[in-house]
Amino acid sequence: MTLLSVKDLRVTFDTEAGRVEAVRGVSFSLGRERLGIVGESGSGKTMTGRSVLRLIRPPGRIEATEMVFDGTDLLRASEREMRALRGQRIAMVMQDPKYSLNPVMKVGAQLTEGLRQRDGMSARAARLKAIEALEAVQIRGPERVMEAYPHELSGGMGQRVMIAMMLIPNPDLLIADEPTSALDVTVQAEVLSILDGLVRDRGMGLIFISHDLRLVGRFCDRVLVMYKGRVVEELEAKNLMQAEHPYTRGLLNCLPRIGGSRAPLPGLDRAAEWAE
Amino acid sequence: MALIEVENLSVQYGTKGQLVRAVEGVSLRVDARESYGLVGESGSGKSTILRAICGLAPVTAGQIRIGGQPVPTPRGRAFSRRVQMVFQDPYASLHPRHTLDRTLSEPLAIHGIGGSDARVVKALEDVGLPANFRFRYPHQLSGGQRQRVAIARALMLEPEILLLDEPTSALDASVQAETLNLLNRLREERGLTFLMVSHDLAVIDHMCDRVLVMQHGRAVEELTRDQLAGAKMTTDYARTLFDASADRMLEA
Amino acid sequence: MATWTEWLRDPSPASRTQARLGQSYLAWLRMRRNPLAMVGLFIILVLLFIAAFAPMVATHDPLAQNLSQRLLPPGTPGHWLGTDDFGRDIWSRIAYGSRITLYIVTLVAVTAPLIGLLIGTVAGYFGGWVDQVLMRITDIFLAFPRLILALALVAVLGPGIENAVLAIALTAWPPYARVARAETLTVRTSDYIAAVRLQGAGAGRIIWGHVMPMCLPSVIIRVTLDMAGVILIAAGLGFLGLGVQPPTPEWGLMISSGRKFLFEQWWVATMPGLAIFIVSLGFNLLGDGLRDVLDPRSSGK
Repeated sequence: MTLLSVKDLRVTFDTEAGRVEAVRGVSFSLGRERLGIVGESGSGKTMTGRSVLRLIRPPGRIEATEMVFDGTDLLRASEREMRALRGQRIAMVMQDPKYSLNPVMKVGAQLTEGLRQRDGMSARAARLKAIEALEAVQIRGPERVMEAYPHELSGGMGQRVMIAMMLIPNPDLLIADEPTSALDVTVQAEVLSILDGLVRDRGMGLIFISHDLRLVGRFCDRVLVMYKGRVVEELEAKNLMQAEHPYTRGLLNCLPRIGGSRAPLPGLDRAAEWAE
Repeated sequence: MALIEVENLSVQYGTKGQLVRAVEGVSLRVDARESYGLVGESGSGKSTILRAICGLAPVTAGQIRIGGQPVPTPRGRAFSRRVQMVFQDPYASLHPRHTLDRTLSEPLAIHGIGGSDARVVKALEDVGLPANFRFRYPHQLSGGQRQRVAIARALMLEPEILLLDEPTSALDASVQAETLNLLNRLREERGLTFLMVSHDLAVIDHMCDRVLVMQHGRAVEELTRDQLAGAKMTTDYARTLFDASADRMLEA
Repeated sequence: MATWTEWLRDPSPASRTQARLGQSYLAWLRMRRNPLAMVGLFIILVLLFIAAFAPMVATHDPLAQNLSQRLLPPGTPGHWLGTDDFGRDIWSRIAYGSRITLYIVTLVAVTAPLIGLLIGTVAGYFGGWVDQVLMRITDIFLAFPRLILALALVAVLGPGIENAVLAIALTAWPPYARVARAETLTVRTSDYIAAVRLQGAGAGRIIWGHVMPMCLPSVIIRVTLDMAGVILIAAGLGFLGLGVQPPTPEWGLMISSGRKFLFEQWWVATMPGLAIFIVSLGFNLLGDGLRDVLDPRSSGK
């Protein structure tokens, strides 16, 4: 079953220097699965993720021949309908929890705010639900974390709180933009396994945006490789090592490996036609 | 005799009334022309060791010797001609209002070295940047280009020791490869000694002869390159770190 | 002409001079794209022109009294802005007064921010007891109302335009010091300052060459916003007999002398008031434009 279908998505910015196309004709569809979008900085992967929620500010413009989420046409939805979708049915986790949590509000207050205002829950019920969400992301001592301010949390803890917050309304689609890049490798593994469990248990769709090809290959079901606003290759994650496109191959080869040779790492010779 | 000797180094400082023990009793020795790595997760104190060597973090106990001589406090100009540092974030380590020319000629001006015109052009060429970039501002460059400038700046005074604080962690994979290659080439050409910090075991393995694994401000285990590649670590923590980096192994 | 602009716009200049001139040219182009800044610049240029050529621009002697022609309304032939209570031509007095205004404004705008910048950056950079001492001094200055402090200083130094300028400058620096210190505190811990320290630079070089350029834009904004206040304080001092002395044609002094006729002969006070308004507006607009130009990051890629 298709949850999200995007056809020929374009994001353009009209700047003083002229027109910049950040995303140029990206198409994909997503079921209840884990889709990875990989690319280097400037490849348009973040813009693609944000377009789904229509979170591109002017002068940026979103155009597509089709962008449908579970029967709702995202291109024609009013701002009011979009607000109802955002957070409730499509949630987003950003790279750095530092910038996504309100620094002067306790974690507990931020977690329960939506529940109490939107769903009209009592303080008690909202609190219980928030604690439950924190437990779902394997936070030990959720009562203590509820009383903490964001700056008192470590990076990994902050990111888990962010994920918990996004999961409270039980969304159908989670867009995670580099959710683990700011985290240590050992913490990274934990956060990924939490995300993995949620996709499996709740049947959620996940768009996982990352620059780390190996991570995406290990974690996702399907991978889109983006270069300069275009998808250059789409493949099953398990076949990532057999990628054919020279760009994907180049990205794989330029990484150093433990126990590899000391010879200079192969560079990435960008051919002009990849961007065509 | 080792070129860099750090003995029982401790760094403590107080923030908001709390005493932070960033580094506790760490010792290490780096030979001349060696490349030595420090690996650990955030808060392990690996970057603090570099900052302590440079005098950017307070040394509360222990000793740092360069070439057998204890380093003076403040470090002074003679020190800056022997030891230089490359920072992690190329977006924060270049002055946003100075052109590359100003950034690169500043160390020459401080030390009263003449012929800065020719030296700046040479320095740009050495790190693989075109000479016509000279009067650009940092915001006109990409992250990789900025890091090249930062490396060029660190080499302006022709130091023997380069301290590298996660020099590629903010860069894309292909740019990381180019930067690592550049660093290795410069080390070869100039006989530099590297002390490099990274959280990425694969980068450390590619760059360093020996590596010190750190956790919570303490040294856990020192490994040679062969021990690392052969997974011959003896401590649990080093093992955990190695297992978490399993996808960075060379495929068998 | 074309070759000149090409030389200036060359993206890879051959020398430092060319790079610097090219930068200024690009800054000018950026400024030209901002119509409000250009209006501000135009106003300031007109002020400079009037001040420089006051004898030619003025239609009368600014000090010549003619009691038979007192309090003529604007539009009277020969006196297009009217005359004041001594029959002096208001336009001529405004034209000559621009010299004094410009003199005061320039001196204050140069000295006060410089003192403030120095104290603020030194306090912020060194921190500790240096910061404590300098900032407590700043607090003391801030604790007094500006006009009262200026009054006290002039009373000690004696009346006169130079002493008025000195008094205004000495009371105007504390806000700049605060702004500069706040800015310095964020810059101080940055990697690029650590890098230049590692190269063996002394505190003087770091503060002057690396910290101050980061503080300049916010200080410039404050300066331009304060200009109107500076003109008014100078006027206030003159009104109290402690600044510029009558019959010198100073705008503030002209307003205070026109005060008595405000309801019947409104133009006596309004015309110099308009002059102050237009000039302050000019400084504000120009300052806003300058801030954008001074930040190379705003230039786009």
